This record gives sequence, structure tokens and C-alpha cells, in this order.
Amino acid sequence: MTTEFLQILWFILIAVLWIGFFFLEGFDFGVGMLLPFLGKNDHERRAIINTIGPHWDGNEVWLITAGGATFAAFPHWYATLFSGFYPALFFLLVGLIIRGVAFEFRSKDANPKWRSLWDWCIFTGSALPALLLGVAFANFSKGMPIDADMQYTGDLLTLLNPFGLLGGLVTVAIFLLHGIIFLSLKTEGDLLERAARQAGKVWIVVIVLTALMLVATYAYTDIVRQLGINPGLVPIASMIAILLAGLFISRRQYGWAFAMTGLTIALTLITAFMIMFPRVMISSTNPEYSLTIYNASSSPYTLTVMSIVALIFVPIVLAYQIWTYYVFRQRVKADPKTLTY
Amino acid sequence: MDPVVLSRWQFAITTVYHFFFVPLTLGLGWFVAILQTQYYRTGDETYKKMTKFWGKLFLINFSMGVVTGIVLEFQFGMNWSEYSRYVGDIFGAPLAIEALLAFFLESTFLGMWIFGWERLPKKVHLASIWLVAIGSNLSALWILIANGFMQHPVGYVINETTGRAELVDFFALIGNPKAWLFFWHTITSGFATAAFFVLGISAWHLVRKQNEDLYKKSFQLAAIIAVISITLVGLIGHTQGQELVQTQPMKMASIEALWETEQPASFSIITIGDLTGKNLVWEWRIPYALSFIACNNFSCEIRGVNEIQAEYEALYGPGDYIPLMVITYWSFRFMFGASLIMVALAFYALYLTVRSWPEKLSHPRWLKWMVPAIALPYIANSSGWILTETGRQPWIVQGLLKTEQGVSTAVSPAWILATLLGFTLLYAALMAADIYLLRKYAMAGPDAALQESEDSAPELVGGQD
Ligand code: HDD
Ligand code: HEM
Ligand code: HEM
Repeated sequence: MTTEFLQILWFILIAVLWIGFFFLEGFDFGVGMLLPFLGKNDHERRAIINTIGPHWDGNEVWLITAGGATFAAFPHWYATLFSGFYPALFFLLVGLIIRGVAFEFRSKDANPKWRSLWDWCIFTGSALPALLLGVAFANFSKGMPIDADMQYTGDLLTLLNPFGLLGGLVTVAIFLLHGIIFLSLKTEGDLLERAARQAGKVWIVVIVLTALMLVATYAYTDIVRQLGINPGLVPIASMIAILLAGLFISRRQYGWAFAMTGLTIALTLITAFMIMFPRVMISSTNPEYSLTIYNASSSPYTLTVMSIVALIFVPIVLAYQIWTYYVFRQRVKADPKTLTY
Repeated sequence: MDPVVLSRWQFAITTVYHFFFVPLTLGLGWFVAILQTQYYRTGDETYKKMTKFWGKLFLINFSMGVVTGIVLEFQFGMNWSEYSRYVGDIFGAPLAIEALLAFFLESTFLGMWIFGWERLPKKVHLASIWLVAIGSNLSALWILIANGFMQHPVGYVINETTGRAELVDFFALIGNPKAWLFFWHTITSGFATAAFFVLGISAWHLVRKQNEDLYKKSFQLAAIIAVISITLVGLIGHTQGQELVQTQPMKMASIEALWETEQPASFSIITIGDLTGKNLVWEWRIPYALSFIACNNFSCEIRGVNEIQAEYEALYGPGDYIPLMVITYWSFRFMFGASLIMVALAFYALYLTVRSWPEKLSHPRWLKWMVPAIALPYIANSSGWILTETGRQPWIVQGLLKTEQGVSTAVSPAWILATLLGFTLLYAALMAADIYLLRKYAMAGPDAALQESEDSAPELVGGQD
């Protein structure tokens, strides 16, 4: 295997990990954001949490694995990104921390104030990371100031440019929709009706934002000039998927609608990674300074070892994660008799 | 402010905090798995109650371990980006493998276990908790392989053109004897932590004569585990000391405040240095003892700080290669002192168990001391790591890269300070909530833990809308 083959393989694998993360954690972030609004009483809120209860930590490990894989396969990418986006990552971590403990702590005390505190932690811990991840990915495709030593030279505000913020909003909106549809699949009765009623409204917001994003992508990124790979129809396909999602929502075919929002998420990320390729951090200071899969990667030996490990274990992990969704496929009733706390 | 100092404080605080929760997860997972296996085999409801009770405490603790761990995974890049560039080739691999092999396993099956009581076949449900225990211990192994490299680099070459360390022998990396010693010492100390946790909480209930059957059984199991694990921790620690003489003589010398090379070497009972920790004021030592600890005989030579410092200057250029001795010295003594008390208490607990509480012993006098003893393994764990990590200074990777060379250059000190404060305050608040819940559930006893998951226990979880 040539070094270049390994480098491309790991670029793709890392992209797959991110897509997996956005697809999975996308709906549980969405559910988290909806929690304080959709749940009218304590049982309903617990039922909402329980739709994602068995899965959220497993979903989050996709992010940790994406981070670890980046570290192992492209140490410079990991170093530049994590030190450069330092303040943003801090807020991301705070979000993930308060959210993670909230799931466990929330129902351990009956005081309504205690519960609502943790409910809001779940909300904030879902909305904030969703926004920041969206901002990050928009900036990945747009490029950012990086100097000849592979160091990021901007600050937090550099990332919060209009294109970045739009990316953040799109992500929040899509996750919301993805979450609503997930709830429509996993709840019943009143809760289901209320979730379903919101789906159409949120869908309109998503459509408007993604359309804006599509236009902005042509304006802000070098998608057109980028000769490595032409994303061609991919962004268009993602637009079509989200339109179809609307159709399925109106027909109450939530399984299909869920597949479509998932597809939109995947295709949007694929677009971003195609714009980047073969670069991993695009320098807006000077294209020469960009980090690429060639100058940021580990040695072929490490990449080979990691490839073998991934080849063996990724299928196993996928198999048991899919199995867990199968085990917990039933709808969750907002009935204290059957709820797990 | 110096970014190196700030980053070091940040890393120290966040890892010590993480490791506050880790050992209990490592040990208690097995404990719950054993109890549930008993329930599965005998169908005895007491074991089900025990599983639920200890399982509840396990979960509260686990969630804190999870959220504090994510921070660490990111922090190598955030605060130590130049370190990450330098060793990423080697260090990133075990980290990524840890996520793939261990984190997926433990997090996925923990979800199955929590929500699967009524839904999964009994056998599969039982298997989930075993997989959680295996997963968390696997994660310890991989992260310690990563840390082992920092203490004792193996399986690498320095690439002259890129100036980075590159992996050449993966099996040397995962076979690093340092890492395996870490692993066994840490795993057994995890068992000891869990054992003392269970002993303490059981004792609290036994003194109050609540649920005696259940807590006696827990106490008995924990007493056996305590005796075995604490003995092993000590033996492995002893082996680690011997290994230190070979691989990190400076750490060994500064644990013992041994300034001048001695043969045979003496063990320090108390050494008082001045405030810099680098000059001796007064000391009291046992002759021969250190030689015995380090080499199993009474005559070997142990090199002192001054000699090693001179050697390192010749090898690596001028500089200060002496760790902060006040810390290495005292953290070892905290760990060692805590062990001595734990050994005594573990055997006392075993004695109570073997006598199976005859009536006149039903109110054992010393039993209540098992409650504060819960703190002992925590003291030993934290000081053990503080010793291991500060004893490596000034190196971030022993002999290859200094800590000050590893720090991120793109991050402004103001942000490091802000996040240092942010994490510390957030952690303090969560710690308060965590301890509140642990106490509450530990004292509420098994019924609260049971009811809570089957219906809505009125006063605990509240069915109110
Ligand atoms: C000896 C054991 C040990 C040590 C030294 C460390 N950890 Fe840890 N870690 C665990 C043992 C563990 C564990 C027992 O597996 C945890 C604790 C509780 C838990 O949920 O899993 C865990 C959780 C945990 C998680 C969350 C996993 C999840 O979401 O399920 C991450 C990302 C890390 N750790 C990362 C780290 C890093 C980067 C460390 C290095 C500084 C580190 N840990 C030191
Ligand atoms: C969880 C158990 C651990 C604890 C309690 C712990 C504790 C500490 C402490 C107290 C320091 C500060 C030393 C000083 O600055 O004087 C430190 C430094 C460091 N440790 Fe650990 N450590 C742990 C595990 C690890 C592991 C497993 C790794 C790597 C895989 C690691 C990597 C580092 C790094 C990179 C530093 C450099 C920062 C510095 O020197 O301050 N630590 N650790
Ligand atoms: C007689 C008892 C003990 C001895 C001789 C001993 C020895 C040691 C030594 C030499 C180290 C440093 C290893 C290195 O840096 O390479 C160490 C570290 C450590 N010790 Fe101990 N220890 C003892 C008891 C304990 C106990 C009872 C606990 C906890 C319950 C504990 C927890 C730790 C931890 C968590 C570390 C850091 C991880 C590691 O280095 O393995 N130790 N110990």
C-alpha cells in the first residue's frame, strides 16, 4: 500500500466518523434542544430523555473517536485545529459536560428546581455544541488564517464570521428537525402529536437556511476553483433530500423523513470534506500554508497499524451499535409505570 | 502569565479530577457484575437488590468519569499542541484504539444495562455489565500504554528531517513494561478503591442495623477483595520502585530525597528540606532499607540526585533536571502511609467476616472507622499520580521533549487562564452535586435504588407533574 493510499484512506475514515457522529448525535442534540419545550410534565420529559437514553453516550464516542483518529493519523491537523479553535472547544466541552451529567443526575432528586436546572443543562449542552460544530465545519470549508508554521493566527471572532454563523444556524436547524422526526418515531400519544405538529414549521426554517447556505457556499469557498474533486451534484442532492423530507413529513412517513434528514446531514458533510480535500486545514493567509493529508500525516507505519486495527474493529462496533437500536426500537410511553429513570 | 505554568495547572487539575472517578469505575464495575451473576445463578432477590444498589452508585460515579474524560482527550491538542505534533505518530495510536476498542464498548453496553432490565434477555443483560467492566479496564490499559511511552519511550526513532518521533515497533509500544506495571498497579488500586467504598458504606448501614443481610454480604465480598487487592497493589508498587531505579533514576532519588549516591542506600522516614525543596535541612533515615526496597538486597547502590543531575547535564545540556522534590517526596509518603492503614483495615474487615459476626461481635467497635476510610484509596490514587507525573518533570516525554517545549503556541495565556478558572469552577460545582447524590443514595439504602427504576418512588424521584 502506498503512503498516499493510506493518507486518503484515513481522510475518508475520519470523514466517515464525523458523518456518523453528526447523523447520530444530530438527533440526540435535536431531542435535547426540544426537551424543555415539548415535554409538558415530568413524565413526558423523562420519556423524551429515554428515547435517547440508551444511545447518547455511544453516539458521543463517535466524536471522541474522530478526535483520536485525527490525532493518530494526522497529528498536525489535530494540533493546529485543537489549539487554534481553543476558545470554541472550551465552550463545546462545557456543553458536553453539563449535558452528560444532566442525563444521569436529573431524575435523582424530586425537587422541581433541581430537575428544571438539569433540563436546561441538557438544552444548552445540546444547542451550544451543535452551533459550534456547525461554525467549525463552515470555517473548515471556507479556510482560516494559518501561518507557515501550521499555526492558527486568528481568534474566536475570526471563526464567528457570517458564513461560519450561517453554518452554525443550519446545523442547529437540521439537528432540530432530525430530532423532531426521531421523536415522532419513538413516542406515542400526545407527545407524538405535538412533535409532529412542529415538524412542518421547523422544516420550513431548514429549507430557507440550507438554500442560503448553498448559495453562500459558492460565494465563500473555493468550491468552484477546487480542482481536486468536484463536488458536482452532491450539494444539490442534499438539497433534494431535504425537500423530500418535507414531503414525507406531510405524509406522516417518519421513517422515510428520518432517512432523508440523515441523508441531508451526510451529504452536507461530504460536500465540506470534498471542498477540503486534499487539504485538511485550508489557509486563507496563503494557500501554500494549508495543511494537507500529505504534510500533516503520520508515518506510513502508524497508518498501516491503525488501518489494520480499524479494519477489524470498526465492523464490530457498527454491528453492536446497530443492534442496540434494534433492541430499543419500540416507542417510549410517557407512563410512570414503564419508564426507566 | 506563563502559558506553560497555566497549562500545567490546567492539565494537573483536570486529570486529577478525572482520576478521582476512574478508580471506582474500574473496580466497582466488576463488583456489580459479580453480584448480578450471583443473582442470575441463584435468583436470590437480595443479590438483585445489591446489584441495583451498588449499580446506582456506580452510575452516578461513571457519568462524572465520562464527562471529565472528554476534556482530557481534547486537551492534548488544545494545550499541548507542540507535544502532539512531536509524538502524535506514536501517542495518537493508543488513544484512537482506546476509543474504538474500549469507549464504544463501555458506553454502548452501559446504555443496554441501564435500560435493559426488563427488555433484554437475562443472559444478555448480565453480559452487558461484564462488557462494561471489561471495556473500562481495557480503556485503562490503552491510556496507560500512551502514558507509559511518556515515562519510558520505546519502539520509536527520531526522524531527522521532520524532527518528530516516529513509531517503528508497535509491539514494543504495547509491550512496554512500564505500561504494564502502571496497568496492574492501577487496576488493583481500582479494586482496592471499590472495596473500601463498599466496606465503608456497608459499615455505615451495619452500624445502624439496616438491611443487615444485604450489607453483610457486601461487606464480606468487599473484605476479601480488599485484602487481595491491597496486597497486590503493594507488591506491584514495590516492583515499580525497582523498575524506576533503571528507567527513571531521578524520580526514584527524588522520592527518597537522596541527594548523594549511597551504597547501601538508606530509606528516608522524614526529610525536611527548605522551601525550594532543593536543599536539605534535617533528616532521619533507616540504613539499608532503600537498597532492599529497590533491589531486594541490602547492598546495592542507589544513585543520588546530584550525580544524576550532573550526568543529565552532560547528556542533555545545561538545565535543571530535578523535579519538585517536596511533591515527589511527600506524595509518595501519602500513598505509602495510606496503604499501611488500608492493609490494617482490610485484615480487620476480613477478620470480622471470618468470625461471621457472632452475636457478641454484632456491634464491632471499630466498624464505624470503615466509613472515613473510604477516603484512603482516594488519597493514595491522587498522590500516586501526582508522584508519577511530577516525578517525570522537567520532561513531558522522558529524555526526549521537555514540558515547556510541548505547550501550544497558538493559544493566548488569557484564554488558558480563563478556561483554567472555568473548568475548575464548573468541576467544583459538579463535584458538589455528585457527592450530594452519592451520599443521598448511599444512605437511602437498597429500596430507593430498586423502586426508582421500576415505578416512580414517590419521595425520591417524584411522580409529580
Ligand atoms: C487508569 C485508568 C484511566 C486513566 C489513567 C485515564 N482514564 Fe479516561 N476513563 C477511564 C480510565 C482512565 C475509564 C474507567 O474507562 C472511564 C472513567 C469512567 C468512565 O466512564 O470511563 C474513562 C472515561 C474517559 C472518557 C469518556 C469515555 C466515554 O464517553 O464513555 C474519555 C474521552 C477519557 N476517559 C479520556 C482519557 C484521557 C485522554 C486520559 C489521559 C490523560 C484519561 N482518560 C486517563
Ligand atoms: C488519570 C490519571 C492521571 C493523573 C491524576 C495525572 C496527573 C498529572 C499531574 C498532577 C500533572 C502535572 C505535573 C506537573 O506539571 O508537575 C500531569 C502532567 C501531564 N500528564 Fe498526567 N496524570 C494522569 C494520567 C495521564 C495520562 C494517562 C497521560 C497520557 C496519556 C497524561 C499526560 C500528561 C501530560 C501530557 C502532562 C503534561 C502537563 C504537565 O507536565 O503538567 N497523564 N499529570
Ligand atoms: C506499599 C504500597 C505501595 C507502593 C510501594 C507503591 C509504589 C508506587 C510507585 C513506585 C509509583 C510510581 C510509579 C512510576 O512512576 O513508575 C506508584 C504510583 C501510583 N500508585 Fe502506588 N504504591 C503503593 C500503594 C498504592 C496504593 C494503596 C494505591 C491506591 C489505592 C496506589 C496508587 C497509585 C497510583 C494510582 C499510582 C500512579 C499510577 C502508576 O504509576 O502506576 N499505590 N506507586
